Amino acid sequence: MANEKATESDFCKPTSKLGTIQIEPEGIRDLRTGPLVYWRVFRTFVRNSLVRAMGFRANFWLECVSSVCWTVMNLVFFKIVFTYTDSIGRDTGWGENEFFVFLGTTWIITSLIQTFVMPNAQEFSELIRTGQLDFALLKPIDTQFLISFPQMVWSNLANLFLGVFLVIYSVYLLTTNAENPLPFGVGHVVLYVLFLGCGLAILYSVMIAMAATSIWLGRNQTLYTFWFYLTNFYRQPMEIYQQGFWGWALWGLFTFVVPILLVVNVPARILAEPLRPGWDERTWALAGLTVLATCVTMAIARFVFQAALASYRSASS
Amino acid sequence: MSALGSRLNLWWAIFRVSVEERLVYRGDFAFGTLMRFLPMLTQIFLWWAIFDAMAARQGDGTDVNAIRIKGYNLHDMIAYMLLVMLARAFSSMPGLTSGIATSIQKGEIKKFLIQPVDMLGSLLLQRIAHKLVYYLIAIGPFALVFFLCRSFFDAGFPAPDQLLGLVLVLIGSFLLGFAMEACLGLVAFWLLEVSSLAFIFMLLSFFLSGHMFPLDLMPAPLDWIIGLLPFQYLAYFPSAVALGKVTGEELVWGIVVQYLWVIGFWVLCRWLWVRGLTRYGGYGG
Repeated sequence: MANEKATESDFCKPTSKLGTIQIEPEGIRDLRTGPLVYWRVFRTFVRNSLVRAMGFRANFWLECVSSVCWTVMNLVFFKIVFTYTDSIGRDTGWGENEFFVFLGTTWIITSLIQTFVMPNAQEFSELIRTGQLDFALLKPIDTQFLISFPQMVWSNLANLFLGVFLVIYSVYLLTTNAENPLPFGVGHVVLYVLFLGCGLAILYSVMIAMAATSIWLGRNQTLYTFWFYLTNFYRQPMEIYQQGFWGWALWGLFTFVVPILLVVNVPARILAEPLRPGWDERTWALAGLTVLATCVTMAIARFVFQAALASYRSASS
Repeated sequence: MSALGSRLNLWWAIFRVSVEERLVYRGDFAFGTLMRFLPMLTQIFLWWAIFDAMAARQGDGTDVNAIRIKGYNLHDMIAYMLLVMLARAFSSMPGLTSGIATSIQKGEIKKFLIQPVDMLGSLLLQRIAHKLVYYLIAIGPFALVFFLCRSFFDAGFPAPDQLLGLVLVLIGSFLLGFAMEACLGLVAFWLLEVSSLAFIFMLLSFFLSGHMFPLDLMPAPLDWIIGLLPFQYLAYFPSAVALGKVTGEELVWGIVVQYLWVIGFWVLCRWLWVRGLTRYGGYGG
């Protein structure tokens, strides 16, 4: 309900002119028609969730600190690992700095998903269970959009900054490396951001499709557990799985069936070029596969979502 | 029937209720336990890749299993991670801190003030009951995973004296985990909101107990400091004992120190409870 109140105040902004209060109705008109609706609604979601987070400021900062702590622990672990080895995997090129580009990318993606997608995916299951999805279905806007973005947990974004910093710092070390320096240009950044977007879209699709299944399963409280297991698999360079039968089987599963291994691997690979100079055939193939996988998973998620909505029967109220 | 008899009766009742409460969700439970081993897969492949890269640096034809990091070869490392799961099955106390904190916040501890039941004692009994049920069900998934991974245990099954030591250490880690988390929960008498404190504790414990990797890998000044802290007895020490890394006199001393920590934290618990009650005010019904 807090959502709706804030929405109202957003679109009926009281502005003080010459001491009188006027209500601007344009906002409401725009909400009903026009292609900018989605942007405006999204902006409202952002504002609402920021207001909510800032209501408990001390708690917000504490949450930031604790999520940063987890991440730093992760970094310390790999710092220690790299005192014993100089790369992750034989001839993979994932040396310390290359791997830290990878690690930073993992943090960026994980924090974005945990900020924007996870709270909503979780809430979606709850809406189904309690029957409150009815209200979302009645609204004159795409339901998938409406349930995908209303809540944002901003404190999870702290790791985004850490990730960006780690990536920039590691790329700097790689480019200034005397032997075999990393080639770096605007093209790298553009492609990196593009494939980050693909990765996010893939993870979003997987999570939304998973959440939508709770329409059939009744309850899906293990979504966070599922997410935890997924993160465990995608946050490693894919080369580590390419050993033995079970390794290749896992690699195949998470590259072609549930393509989460592409999520971090491809952008990190494009930026850090572990096997530099240049792209080998494998990088090209992976990049192509990622674009394809993004389209397919998005389509499947949409299909699953619609199919799930079709069999939604509300809950007794 | 003496006072002792009725007390035993009471304990038995608390214990039985807790067991039955726990058996309600047994299916979910067993599946959840098996799923918890999934991240092990990644761990195995990650360590494999690390050891493989080290072998490659030593020159072609070097056997991966000949590579050691601080005395751990690849098999030891994987066996260690598996044993940590076993140790954590004893020392982790999900919901204990938050449970105590909530009952202080909401005033539910009133019932312990008017009933002839000791809160810490009954919590311990409940926890023992829950753990026993947990082992009863988790032994399936655990046995399956350990059987599938048996080739990683180079030293084989521990010798009888070592096994006895391991049992003592695991019981100690259960008691230590309980006492440490109970202390944390009792801090709620003063702070009311302990969830952030509990989170920091969880982080510290995850890192300093050796949950992520064997503590032997820690660089020089850190390993010494960590050796002085109680966290290692929650995961690292039991695993090292099971792997046969700690034997003889060292093992005996380890157990002594572990139980001293248990006693220390238990005394602290009692003290916090008594001091906390003097601050506590229960209003309303």
